[in-house]
Amino acid sequence: MTFNALAGVLGIPALAAALFAALPNYRIAARSNIAATGLTLLCSMSLFFAKPPPGAYFLVDDLNGTFIVLTSFVGFTTSIFSASYIGHELEVGRLTPPFVRFYHAMYQVLMFAMNLALIANNIGLMWVAIELATLTTVMMVGIYRTHEALEAAWKYFILGSVGIALALFGTILVYMAARPVIGEGLDAMVWSVLVTRAGAFDPALLDVAFVFLLLGYGTKIGLAPLHAWLQDAHAEGPTPISAVLSGLLLNVALYALLRFKMLLAVNPAAIAPGPLMVTLGLVSLVFAAFMLYRRRDIKRMFAYSSIEHMGIITFAFGMGGPLANFAGLLHMTMHSLTKSAIFFAVGHVAQVKGTQRIADMGGLTETHPVLGWTLILGVIAIAGLPPLGIFTSEFLVVSSTFARAPALALVLVFGMLVGFAALFLRLNSIAFGEARGPSEKAKASYLPMFAHLGLVLIAGVYLPPALVGWFETVAKLLG
Amino acid sequence: MNGLAFDIAHLLAGSLVLVSLLELYQDRLYALLNIYALHAVVLAASVAWQAFVQDAPHLYITAAIALIFKATVIPVALHRIIVRLGIHREIEKVVGVGITMLAGMALVALAMVVMLRVTREADPLAREDLAFALSVVLLGLLMMVTRRNAVSQVVGFMSLENGLVLAATGAKGMPLVVEISVAFSILIAFIVIGIFLFRIRERFDTVDVQILSDFRGERQ
Repeated sequence: MTFNALAGVLGIPALAAALFAALPNYRIAARSNIAATGLTLLCSMSLFFAKPPPGAYFLVDDLNGTFIVLTSFVGFTTSIFSASYIGHELEVGRLTPPFVRFYHAMYQVLMFAMNLALIANNIGLMWVAIELATLTTVMMVGIYRTHEALEAAWKYFILGSVGIALALFGTILVYMAARPVIGEGLDAMVWSVLVTRAGAFDPALLDVAFVFLLLGYGTKIGLAPLHAWLQDAHAEGPTPISAVLSGLLLNVALYALLRFKMLLAVNPAAIAPGPLMVTLGLVSLVFAAFMLYRRRDIKRMFAYSSIEHMGIITFAFGMGGPLANFAGLLHMTMHSLTKSAIFFAVGHVAQVKGTQRIADMGGLTETHPVLGWTLILGVIAIAGLPPLGIFTSEFLVVSSTFARAPALALVLVFGMLVGFAALFLRLNSIAFGEARGPSEKAKASYLPMFAHLGLVLIAGVYLPPALVGWFETVAKLLG
Repeated sequence: MNGLAFDIAHLLAGSLVLVSLLELYQDRLYALLNIYALHAVVLAASVAWQAFVQDAPHLYITAAIALIFKATVIPVALHRIIVRLGIHREIEKVVGVGITMLAGMALVALAMVVMLRVTREADPLAREDLAFALSVVLLGLLMMVTRRNAVSQVVGFMSLENGLVLAATGAKGMPLVVEISVAFSILIAFIVIGIFLFRIRERFDTVDVQILSDFRGERQ
């Protein structure tokens, strides 16, 4: 039974990918895509009730349980959004059926790669999975084959590969550090073995390894100054992929970094990874907040907002301690849900208006009230206004920082406020003002956005004790 | 025996760094590809020697992959692509040769200082290997930064990966899973690049990345 759940989480996407590669009918493919991600979600939830024992390759604990369920859930809702989005793209001829077939197969490969990266107990396997996820998204970003899409994909590919190469070097160094203690062979790459013995590792080697891992996986998280690929990839790829990139793939890279942070925490002589993460997090936050001004492209703007929030999350995990970790986890969950909901709305808005330029989409609440107000709600949520979930998590991050490092908290609050003002400045011209562009009815799928924003709203008003308890255990695990 | 084994490993890994430096100042694509092939051959020799010294037969597979795939198939394929794209002329450079070489030497020195200092307790063979591997990785990065042409960026990336393979084989007893996957990922990466090159060719009649960046979404 327990083995089945793991096999399901990995096997369903793998099988579905093979199936979609051979399935010419896009309608059936889009529906089975929903079915496959739905089944994966069910399998991932069953991991809660029966955790398989850790093996040489796979490990399920409370930490990655959180990530897996979040990934499967957003993957599922995105597939619902993707069905209507891709249908529209086919109608207007931006995509042709062979590309859609490729798209659906790649979507499942991406789900497979992310789940594999999360479940992997072997640091080498985790690296391979993240590399696979990167390559998959590169191909998806370039799918429109326009100048911009190709440039974005090329940039993403080059920077992503460099990042992933540095991460591999870091992984090799961790193995080198582990070898004298654990001995040669497979065990020296198994995370659950490493973490019990890391106290005896050579601290200098671990330090260098962590720097490489931070730079490598940090590129994938999109931390400034390593973020250059992120906004292009978000803006030029299909919107469901922007949603999955922001909501999930950045988290997966962060997860990899957290695993290594836990490794270093065991070794008292190694450097504390916290200050490094705090610095990069704050730099990303402040940088992205300023970059939010003067954005002309709506998807690019929300991509910068993702950098901002990944900065906050990295900062929270860098601070460490039960409260900051709890806040970081909550913020990560809320950000994933909100940002993908925003991208769902933005995708439909860009389709009905036929453009991604902010200047050409004024008066959205007049032309498309439901989409317009959903987008407003999403931006209110992402800006961190009460009573939505991001307010709770940002409040926790700020208050826990004020208690320990007031100076850092000031920078944090400053960055948040700058970003906040920028978002509302833009929102004003998008949602209100003079109506521009076409106003025919949108054939949108509202369910995914409503579901995400509903969850964020509920979390802002009332956090169920079960969830709090669960996040507290994970926060303790993170140290 | 041990002294000789160490010396040969040292020689081969050192040669790899040297060939990396050679790559840096090649200003013709054909010459660059030939040097890259040499890079892969030296890597294959180095990996094969490690396989012999460590008595780890599975490393011979990695050596064979380097020899067949990286030293033969890829350079030949890239040759063809270059001919088909009609870009066998000079490589444009962002920075001059002198500065690039100086930066390259500085990076090698940096790699030595960092790795030799932190690996004092590791065995000398692995230690030297790791320092050289980091040099190759950094030189590959430098090449990717200084070149604009898509093909030479790809070559830079591939020599970077060669450095990673050197590091992985130098780490004694590292599971085979990883080495194969490294080789395999290069294959995948190469396919991706191939697709990209053809698409870029289709659209722009050039593979100069600089021209691509003129189409940046922000510049409207």
